[in-house]
Amino acid sequence: MLKNKHLLGLEGYPREDIQTIIETAFNFREVLDRPIKKVPSLQGVTIVNLFFENSTRTKISFELAQKRLSADTVNFSASSSSLKKGESFKDTAQNIEAMKIDAVVMRHPTPGAPKHLTNFIDSVIINAGDGTHEHPTQAILDMMSLHEKFGKLKGLKIGIIGDIKHSRVALSNIYGLKIMGAEVTLCGPPNLIPKNIEELGVDYSNDVDQVIDWADALNVLRIQRERMGRGLVPSTREYRSFFGITSERLKNHPKEIVIMHPGPMNRGVEIDGEVADSDQAIILDQVLNGVASRMAILYLLCQGKKVEGE
Amino acid sequence: MSLEKITKNIMLKGGTLIDPHNEKKYDADVFIKDGKIHEIGKFEKPDSCEIIDCKGKVITHGFCDLHVHFREPGREDKETLETGSLAAMAGGFTRVCVMPNTNPPLDTPESIHFIRKKAEDAPIHIHPIGAVSKGQDGKDITEMGLMHKEGAVAFSDDGLPIQDGGIMRIALEYSKIIGVPVINHAEDECLRDGGLMHEGTVSTHLGLTGNPDLAESTMVHRDLELANYVDARIHVPHVSSAKAVDLIRDMKKYKDDVTAEVTPHHLFFNDEDLSSYDTNLKVGPPIRTENDRISLINAVKDGTIDCIATDHAPHTIENKETTFDLATFGMIGLESCFGVVNKILCNESEMDLIELISLLTSRPRNIMGFESDLFVKETPAEIVIIDPKQDWVFSREHIKSRSINSPYIGKKMIGKVLYTISRSHIFKAS
Repeated sequence: MLKNKHLLGLEGYPREDIQTIIETAFNFREVLDRPIKKVPSLQGVTIVNLFFENSTRTKISFELAQKRLSADTVNFSASSSSLKKGESFKDTAQNIEAMKIDAVVMRHPTPGAPKHLTNFIDSVIINAGDGTHEHPTQAILDMMSLHEKFGKLKGLKIGIIGDIKHSRVALSNIYGLKIMGAEVTLCGPPNLIPKNIEELGVDYSNDVDQVIDWADALNVLRIQRERMGRGLVPSTREYRSFFGITSERLKNHPKEIVIMHPGPMNRGVEIDGEVADSDQAIILDQVLNGVASRMAILYLLCQGKKVEGE
Repeated sequence: MSLEKITKNIMLKGGTLIDPHNEKKYDADVFIKDGKIHEIGKFEKPDSCEIIDCKGKVITHGFCDLHVHFREPGREDKETLETGSLAAMAGGFTRVCVMPNTNPPLDTPESIHFIRKKAEDAPIHIHPIGAVSKGQDGKDITEMGLMHKEGAVAFSDDGLPIQDGGIMRIALEYSKIIGVPVINHAEDECLRDGGLMHEGTVSTHLGLTGNPDLAESTMVHRDLELANYVDARIHVPHVSSAKAVDLIRDMKKYKDDVTAEVTPHHLFFNDEDLSSYDTNLKVGPPIRTENDRISLINAVKDGTIDCIATDHAPHTIENKETTFDLATFGMIGLESCFGVVNKILCNESEMDLIELISLLTSRPRNIMGFESDLFVKETPAEIVIIDPKQDWVFSREHIKSRSINSPYIGKKMIGKVLYTISRSHIFKAS
C-alpha cells in the first residue's frame, strides 16, 4: 500500500512509494506482453475519468490500464458535460460521486484542481494533469522508461528541453527525478523558465549543445503554443535553430544519448522526425510503459476498494 | 452579538482612555448623553443610565477604514450598505470609505448622492469614493468637482488600475481644484499578465501564474513621480511589496503629503500560506513573501505606511468555492481586523498600542480631512471598547458581512473589540 490516499503530485512524494510503483509497473508490463492482456485485480471497482481538458493519449492510456485491470470505467469529458450548461465544478464532482464510484482520474486546466476536488469527495483521486502544475503519472512512466533503459535512476543526468514554465511534465519530472537521486538540467528560452527555478535543486543552461554533452538522456517537451497566449517564441525556425533536437545537432556529439518525448510531438520543431524514429529514441516504450505505470498506480491506490472475496 | 439603537444614556466606567489625536493615555470614565460625549474624567454616576464596566479595557476612537467594498449598487447579494455597516461595527469601525467599483460604478454626482442618501440612517458614517474615470475605463476623467460637492471624499478606479500615465497625470492635476487624494490601485496590467499569486518559488511549486512585485512597484513609482511633478495628493492603497515600500519611503523625504495604507492580510500571511490553494487568499495585489511581509511591518513602524485599511471585499460562496483561476480576487476583513493587526504589530512586533490605534483612527481620518479630535464635549460618540489582551479564535459566528470569504476562520487572534458606539447605535460583541 502507498502512504498517500491520492496521487495529486510528486512534490514531497515518498521515495519508497515511487520505487514501489515502478516495481509494480514492471510486473504489469509483463502482463501486457501476454496473449490475454487482462488481470482481475480491480474487478468490481468503478473509476471515472473526468477530463475537463482535451487529451488523447493520457485518456486512452488510463482507460486501457483500467480495462486491463478489469475495473469498470465511465468517461466524462468537458465537451459532453454539463459544465457547458453552467454547472459548477463542485456540483459535477458531487453528482458523480453520489452515483457510487471508487476513484476519479482527473485532468483539469487549473493548477490545484485535484486538490480542490479532495474537499468535496471521498474517492481516490489521481491527477492526470492539472494545468501548469503537475502530471505525476507522466513522470512515473518517464522514470520507469529510464529505469528500463539504464537499470537505475540514481546518478542519472537528465536534460529537460523546452517550455519549462508552462509544463506540468517538467515540474513532475523535476520532483520525481530529484527524489530518486537523478541530476536535472533544464534548457530552453530564458523567458520560458520559471523564476527561482534553481531553488528546486536543478541547473539551467540556455545552450542545448552543452546539455547534450552532459546528459545521459533528454526529455524533449512539446512547444505548446496554445499555452502561451502570445508569441513568447519569435518563430519556429528560430526555436529549432537554438533548441531543436535535430539529427545534425546530435551528429556533432560523440556520445549516443537517450531521447524521450511525452508527446504529442511537433516533428520539425522541437524534435526532428529522424531523431524521433531513431534507435536512440524510446518514445514508444514510454507509451507502453504509460499503460503499465497507470495500471500500477490504479492497482496500488484502489486495491483497498475491492470487496473481499469478489 | 447584537446591534441596538441607544435609548439610554451610557456611562463607561473604570477603563483606560486612549486619545490618539492628542496622543494621551489615562484612566477616566466617559458619560455619553443623547449619543454625544458629555463628560470625560471622574464624576458621580449620573441618574438613570446604563453602565458598561470597562475595567481592564481600553476606550478609544471608533476605527476609520479608507478602503472597503460594500457592493451597492449592483451586487447586493454580496454586501449592502446595511450589512457592511454591521460588519464594520463588529470590527470596531465607525467610519468607512466605500470604493466606487459597483455596478454601475460611482462615477457621477448622482451616484455619489445615492450613496450619501442611502447611508443617511446607517449606524456608521459611510463616505463614497468617486471613480477617477467615467465607467472606470481609464480614459476620460469624471466630474470630480461636482462629485466632491455631493460628498465624494477621494477618487479611485480601485480594482481597475489606471494604465495610461497621461490619464493619471490629468486626474492628479485636476484633483487639485478640490484638494482630495487620488488613490490608484498600483498594478501594471501588462506585467501582472494574468498572474494569480505572487511570482516566486511558491508560484513555481504550485504551477500558478505569477504576478511579480514589480507590477506593483513600477506603477507606484510612476504614480509617486507624477504626483510630485504636478504637486498633487496621492494615496497608495494596499501596499504589498518591499520594493513599493522603499519607493514610498524615499518619496516621503521630499513630498510630505504622500500617504499609504496596508491591509491586515498583507501583514498576516505570506505566499507559503497559498500552498493549500485556499481561494480566500487570492487577493489583488497578491500576498507576497515573508521578506515583503517583514518589510511592511517595518514600514508601519517607521511611519512610511500611514494607516491600516482592510480592503474588505465580499464575494459569494460560488465566487470562492471554485478552482483557483476562476475564483474572484478579495477577502472580507472588517470583523477580523483588530485581532489580526494587534497580534502582528503589538504582540509580535513590539509596537505600542497607542501607535497601533492611531493607524486605525486619527491617521486615516487626517488623510481624508475628517475630524479626529473626538474626545471633546458634545462630539457625537464614535467610540470603541477593546480588550487588547484577549485571546480568541476567529470563527464563522464573528462574521456579520453578508459574505463569508475570510481566510481567518480558525485562526488565533489577540485583542478583541467588545463594544462599538456610533451614530446612537451600540454593537455588543457578547
